[in-house]
Amino acid sequence: MKGQLNKTEAGSAWLFKMAWRDGKASGKRLLLFIASIVLGIAAVVSIQSFSRSLEDNIALQSKELMGADFRIDSNQKPNERVLTIIDSLGGADGEEIGFASMAAFPKNGASKLVRVRAIKGGFPFYGKLETTPESAGQHYQKNKGALVDATVMLQFGLHPGDSVKVGETTFPIEGILQSAPGSTAISTSVAPTVILPHDMINGTGLLQLGSRIRYNYYFVADSGTDLKKLNDEVDPLLDLENADMDTHAATSERMGRRFNNVGKFLNLIAFIALLLGCVGIASSVHIYIKEKLRAVAVLKCLGASRRQSFLIYLIQIAGMGLLGGLIGTVLGLLLQQSFPLILQDFLPFEVALSFSFQPVIMGLLLGVCMSVLFALSPLLSTWFVSPLQALRVQEETPTKSQRARMLVMVGILVFMCCFSFWLLGNLQYALGFVLAIAVTFSILAAVALLFMRMVKKFFPASWGFTARQSLLNLFRPNNQTMVLLIAIGVGSFLISTLYFTKDILLQKASLDGSDKSPNIIMLDVQTNQKEALVEDILAKGLPLIDNIPIITMRMHSIKGRLVNDIRTDTVSRMNRWILNHEFRTTYRDSLVASETLTEGEFTTNSTLNGPVPISLSDNVARDARVVLGDTLVFNVQGVLMETIVGSIRAVDWGRMQLNFSIVFPKGVLDNAPQFHVVSTKAPSESVSASLQKQVVRKFPNVSVLDLRQILTLVEGILDKISWVVNFMAFFSILTGVIVLIGSVRTSKYQRIRESVLLRTLGAKSAQILKITALEYFYLGFLGSGIGVLLSLISSQLLAVFVFKSSFIPSLIPFMIILPGITLLVMLIGLFNSRNVLNSPPLEVLRKEV
Amino acid sequence: MPIEVYGEETRFMTKILNVHQLKKTYSSGTKNLTVLDDITFSITKGDTFSIVGPSGSGKTTLLGLCAGLDRPDEGAIELCGTSLKGLNEDQLALLRNQKVGFIFQDFQLLPTLTALENVSVPLELQGATDASESSRQLLEKVGLADRVHHYPSQLSGGEQQRVALARAFSNNPSILFADEPTGNLDEETGEKVVELLFDLNKAAGTTLVIVTHDLDLAKRTQHILRLKGGKILNEKSTVLS
Repeated sequence: MKGQLNKTEAGSAWLFKMAWRDGKASGKRLLLFIASIVLGIAAVVSIQSFSRSLEDNIALQSKELMGADFRIDSNQKPNERVLTIIDSLGGADGEEIGFASMAAFPKNGASKLVRVRAIKGGFPFYGKLETTPESAGQHYQKNKGALVDATVMLQFGLHPGDSVKVGETTFPIEGILQSAPGSTAISTSVAPTVILPHDMINGTGLLQLGSRIRYNYYFVADSGTDLKKLNDEVDPLLDLENADMDTHAATSERMGRRFNNVGKFLNLIAFIALLLGCVGIASSVHIYIKEKLRAVAVLKCLGASRRQSFLIYLIQIAGMGLLGGLIGTVLGLLLQQSFPLILQDFLPFEVALSFSFQPVIMGLLLGVCMSVLFALSPLLSTWFVSPLQALRVQEETPTKSQRARMLVMVGILVFMCCFSFWLLGNLQYALGFVLAIAVTFSILAAVALLFMRMVKKFFPASWGFTARQSLLNLFRPNNQTMVLLIAIGVGSFLISTLYFTKDILLQKASLDGSDKSPNIIMLDVQTNQKEALVEDILAKGLPLIDNIPIITMRMHSIKGRLVNDIRTDTVSRMNRWILNHEFRTTYRDSLVASETLTEGEFTTNSTLNGPVPISLSDNVARDARVVLGDTLVFNVQGVLMETIVGSIRAVDWGRMQLNFSIVFPKGVLDNAPQFHVVSTKAPSESVSASLQKQVVRKFPNVSVLDLRQILTLVEGILDKISWVVNFMAFFSILTGVIVLIGSVRTSKYQRIRESVLLRTLGAKSAQILKITALEYFYLGFLGSGIGVLLSLISSQLLAVFVFKSSFIPSLIPFMIILPGITLLVMLIGLFNSRNVLNSPPLEVLRKEV
Repeated sequence: MPIEVYGEETRFMTKILNVHQLKKTYSSGTKNLTVLDDITFSITKGDTFSIVGPSGSGKTTLLGLCAGLDRPDEGAIELCGTSLKGLNEDQLALLRNQKVGFIFQDFQLLPTLTALENVSVPLELQGATDASESSRQLLEKVGLADRVHHYPSQLSGGEQQRVALARAFSNNPSILFADEPTGNLDEETGEKVVELLFDLNKAAGTTLVIVTHDLDLAKRTQHILRLKGGKILNEKSTVLS
């Protein structure tokens, strides 16, 4: 440059000073911006922080969770080789036999399906059996008594000293079992635990064919034992014998991963709340900056560079983001205190909350990054605004570089992908999540645009003044129609999708009302009991719906390769469960309602001459990597049977009925050792109870599943899950409300000017009120309507592709969510405009300008 | 008018603003609207100069171009010895900050800053760490010693324009552009502001360029440039007439 210009310029301190000076005067508005992200950050931080605490707790309490250092378990009676391995490890310190069985309570004749845990030795070696009285946990073995789950005691009005009958044996109830290592609240709600002395279990007569029994051997390791190394050495040997070794650390890691997955899911919901808040920020900053552009032009006239004027506002927004992050983080840390309470039904132990810096740093970073990223697009205007704006008002907005806007857009998407990836640890899921969010937001934005265009094009000129004026308000300069529709839409979408999903799951689990659908299933019926049991059922006037034979077997070889060889083959991609699983198969001559033939031909009858054509479920065929025509040899309780894959079926496992992964034709297994499942339909609970009582008394080994009770339990569990999910979704809703308040307040100045003008021209308060109410009615109704409709589509997709179920939407979202949210939007709108309505025009103008 | 005795080159040196064959058009839809055409004039350092003309004659556009707030389609401008052609936005901003002062019709104070802070901004932009003392003195000069911590919305129109005057002189500009400085004020207040403007200008020895349609105000300057329809109607020296 020609001339002698001094190139010294204001440093960064001045930029901060200007940002502070300007921000101070706009404090209230900026605080509202940060309120938009506070809840989202609080939600993310609380879950992150809680997950960390949970991880720490699981790691710290892993021994207490197992009750031992390691365990060897098997779902068959351990053979000699397993017992030798156990002996070589110094012998087990404790033993447990676990199975599901009916328990009867002679005091009142009640019966219930329970999980029996027969314990020998001083198990648990870490943690303790929490009982009332406290001593019961130590004396039940010596006193040959039982410890019964607290909920069962309460349900049937039992007290220590009463008795419980398991199988053939009646035990005095020694104490109330509050908690035990290895039993979670959810598992005990399905089948409550009853702990018995191990040496009494044979007397029950329940250890017989067909019983699903788990044998556990617990060990206390010498200090300094490398458990991982031990596991690596012993586990492959045990695998060959259908047994397994688990160390306390590995078990806790698995548990940690399960909770981690839940945490990730909840984090995503929290992230949606944060994104919603960011949309609010983008919109508010857009208007905020638009109003600042003349001041920026003046600054530029006075000699501020583009960089300086841009940085002043960037610092302001980043500062607000940091403050939002800080408040959100503190709130999140407080919020996590409530999580043990909210999640108590899912947690296997009490969680001691710990403090970790990582969620705090993440909260602060999120606050700054998200607010800056989403404010960047409107902030760019300060860069491009011409100083000429100080001389004359130019209607056209400053031309922004398309490239800059694109870069900002890309930056937002990249950040979202990175953050989602960090949360989920899976790139594909992260991309899918971001895509789904982008599609949802785009649809809502497109509908908002379309709506505005349609109203403009087909403007109802014949409507009355207030109705027309309220419609016109939707396109006023700096209108918030788009952002409000997105905020309301996303909120409604989330709530109703959650509702519909719960609906689908319940619908799937619900019982078929037809006579052919059983509601009582009796398991483990021995062949010699079958006839007597069927007679009893028929004698009560109840129908015999199913009488299904069950034969247990294991895979011996697959496509000519021995299972033991496949186990040691490290490159085999076969799913391991196939090799170790004890299959419960049946034989019949037809498909049932829950099955669809997808490949091959279903063989109805066969003989033992040559390989037996069997039918596999599609998941077993996939996991065993077999196709039609492949050979499988099964070990049917010591006898090898050669089979060939004759057909493959798709099975709807969600149906409340007995499904089988392997079905044999009739004629080959008819004489194999087997047990039976018998089902009937009881018309009422009292008939069901009377049948159960009779069955438990006459056939103590038979377990009775009352599907109605199970359904109630499923409903209960779903309720608990949806409560947790709703709790997180609540943050989105609340953020939506804040965005709404922010939007209303941001456009307040325009509303005031319009109201003042209307007042001056003689409009009555009632008319202005009506205009405002109608405007928010349009926004609320449309936003929640689109949200509910979108959730219908997404729920339909979920039903078809994820749950593979039919979906009949309930009317509740339309009857409650839609009008509820509309009303809420109207109330918030009116509440925030109240001083415009109630005060004299001039007073309002003086206050607001 | 300074006596031109040093030849062409020396004469050019005394000119603080040279405008040569300026043309500016705006596009309105498919039509091009010529706002300024073939504008050539110069202003000598220390002079007072007014640009007058009816609404739409291109006065404010010319002021914006001369101050480097906008760019001409054709022609050249040299301000304070620097050709504006080829300077980028930030170089123009630097030039304005160090050589130019502004007064606007609607005051254009930064609404979120106090009177004192508004006056300090040009100096602070130059890197001054504490501009409050000199700004306070300027505010005293314009009679607002008791209003230093007031925000623009707490000041009357006349007071706001006086703050704008103080701000315009705070960076000791070589040239001061005033766009209708009394346009938003009543006659009496306007008169007081004009008095103050000329007094401050005289004391500082700044070149003053006023855009106005108030002929009485224009007559108080040494030179008047009349615009009509985007062209110069005539330029005359009020000192000689």
